[in-house]
Amino acid sequence: MAEVQTTEGNEPLHQLLTPDGTAELDGTLSLDLTTVDVRALYRDLVLTRRLDSEAIALQRQGELGLWPSLLGQEAAQVGAAHALLDQDMVFPTYREHGVACCRGVDPISLLGLFRGTTLGGWDPYDRNFNLYTLVIGAQTLHAVGYAMGVVRDDAVGSGDADRDTAVLAFLGDGALSEGETNEAFIWAATQQLPVVFFCQNNQWAISAPYSTQSRIPAARRAAGFGFPGIRVDGNDVLACLAATRDALRRARSGGGPTLIEALTYRVNAHTTADDASRYRSAAETEEWTGRDPLTRMHTFLSTEGLADPDFFSDVDKQSDALAERLRTGCRALAEPGTTLPFEHTYADMPAELRHQMREHHDFVASMERSEASQ
Amino acid sequence: MMLSMVKALNDGMRRALESDRRVLLIGEDIGRLGGVFRTTDGLQKDFGEDRVVDSPLGEAGIVGSAIGLAMRGYRPVCEIQFDGFVYPAVNQIITQLAKIRHRSAGAVCLPVVIRIPFGGGIGSIEHHSESPETYFAHTAGLKVVTCSTPQDAHTMIRQAIASDDPTIFLEPKRRYWAKGDVTDAPDLALDKARIVRSGNDITFIAYGPTVDTTLQAAEAAEAQGHSVEVIDLRSLSPVDTETVVDSVRRTGRALVIHEASLSHGMGAEITARIQHEAFYFLEAPVLRITGYDTPYPPSRLEHDWLPNVERILSATDRSFRY
Repeated sequence: MAEVQTTEGNEPLHQLLTPDGTAELDGTLSLDLTTVDVRALYRDLVLTRRLDSEAIALQRQGELGLWPSLLGQEAAQVGAAHALLDQDMVFPTYREHGVACCRGVDPISLLGLFRGTTLGGWDPYDRNFNLYTLVIGAQTLHAVGYAMGVVRDDAVGSGDADRDTAVLAFLGDGALSEGETNEAFIWAATQQLPVVFFCQNNQWAISAPYSTQSRIPAARRAAGFGFPGIRVDGNDVLACLAATRDALRRARSGGGPTLIEALTYRVNAHTTADDASRYRSAAETEEWTGRDPLTRMHTFLSTEGLADPDFFSDVDKQSDALAERLRTGCRALAEPGTTLPFEHTYADMPAELRHQMREHHDFVASMERSEASQ
Repeated sequence: MMLSMVKALNDGMRRALESDRRVLLIGEDIGRLGGVFRTTDGLQKDFGEDRVVDSPLGEAGIVGSAIGLAMRGYRPVCEIQFDGFVYPAVNQIITQLAKIRHRSAGAVCLPVVIRIPFGGGIGSIEHHSESPETYFAHTAGLKVVTCSTPQDAHTMIRQAIASDDPTIFLEPKRRYWAKGDVTDAPDLALDKARIVRSGNDITFIAYGPTVDTTLQAAEAAEAQGHSVEVIDLRSLSPVDTETVVDSVRRTGRALVIHEASLSHGMGAEITARIQHEAFYFLEAPVLRITGYDTPYPPSRLEHDWLPNVERILSATDRSFRY
């Protein structure tokens, strides 16, 4: 356990890997490293960062309209994702690119929303990873309802490891101020639902610092709702994995919800359309860059002899291959047909909408005919 | 059997709970109390607290959790206690419930019903007499329906629960206690309007709480020599344009009657459709008899504010003067 001085007061910050890459014992969290594929964690950290940097490049080249960067938050996401079982369900915000990749969602499909070829991009049931939710906090209530269904399906506390299911809801520090998030906390608490709220406190909600949202650390809020809260170093992938694994296990066994605050930092601006220099200092960003989640894991693997140079160069090759795949795949994303919006608005398309669709298609066809005849 | 609308809804939901274990009810005070209008009376006792869920007091939570339940394969029926209390849930309804099928290109189906007692005429305090239908009817992805009789309440609530589209189910609370004959045979699809009275000279179009008032006005107009057709719209989104237009093409005149305020309301939409598809058949402009463009008034004034027989007859006279 370490004390990290932050603007919002002292709260124990649980840590298993210090910023300089040294393993540390923690009174609360433990992780048997013989059971953890630490090399896979490192690989996913690298691939997640590469996905992010390639997407930013694609946006700069005009291939994406927008991209919300996760730079600096890789450990929080990869750690949390590695704690999931197949049957667990994830409710992300719009920045959980790392979780999506670890869950097995094709990274190319993450680009469609930001390229404008789709509003979603994948089938949530394929990998038990929901679509991105852009309205802050709204997904926390969906997670609660899904967890209510899990309870009613007797998939909690049955003791069957393949059956017992937890729900992992992601949120940011800004979402703590939303009424819906607070309702979700109440519902989860009073019904002891199998849901884990994973709050990446990246300290900035666009331009609003954490102090705008709260006077106490996020993790401490859980006590007011009646369930455990824990603050972990969000740049420490091992701590994030350990805390999430504990919380998900408790949820699956019927022990109710947990709030995990992963203290991290949004190194880039809110999105590619934002300018962080208008509201925060370069020095602050610089300081957090010094706590980089990848560097410490690299150091840890090297000094502990858990990986050799061949491993690192192989990961770099995988990263290059991913980048190439993203560049090609992004440009190859299918353009949406004009039927698409009409088709999926209702299960049964109303006559009026069918009429509008035909009218639109007839109009488009008539314009094409008139262009052809000119 | 003769049932009040409350009892008809109760029996309709009971049957849905019996026939599909994925159906569950969720709302404030619906279990132990049976709902403030007793619409869900006895259901928690018979189906248990897991299927008739007394929720915390939070409308966004009711609808948001219903979305999650539906994602897990359930068919939740939410109760919002009163029309004026739906607004905290509107974010979930408009940004999530209505859009998730579309967002997911059909992968996620949300068969959620949101029951809302609506409309005035019961002498109540603020927020208990509103008509919010247009907010929802204007939102793509939602179905919006309302019943005017115990028979339709009984049939339509089960059809709404069986529908794979999210459905706002508006219940005219001042008609809750009026009794009517209820049989088991569903005779009309959920999205169809019903001609509840045939006539040749003018078409009155109403829905929910104003259907009964409109039928009374039709009787009175008949006595003055006008043969009146009355359409109960039932489905506000989608609108059964065909039934409305066919009628107006025969009669050449139309009135639209609703409690919700005038501007941008259902009346505007119905009028636009009539002028578009029955323009050459019209003998007079389509007229609207509605609530005024104010917040709902104190209850001592509500009978002046709500469409009544006299206002409908006066508009009928105006129509025939063209």
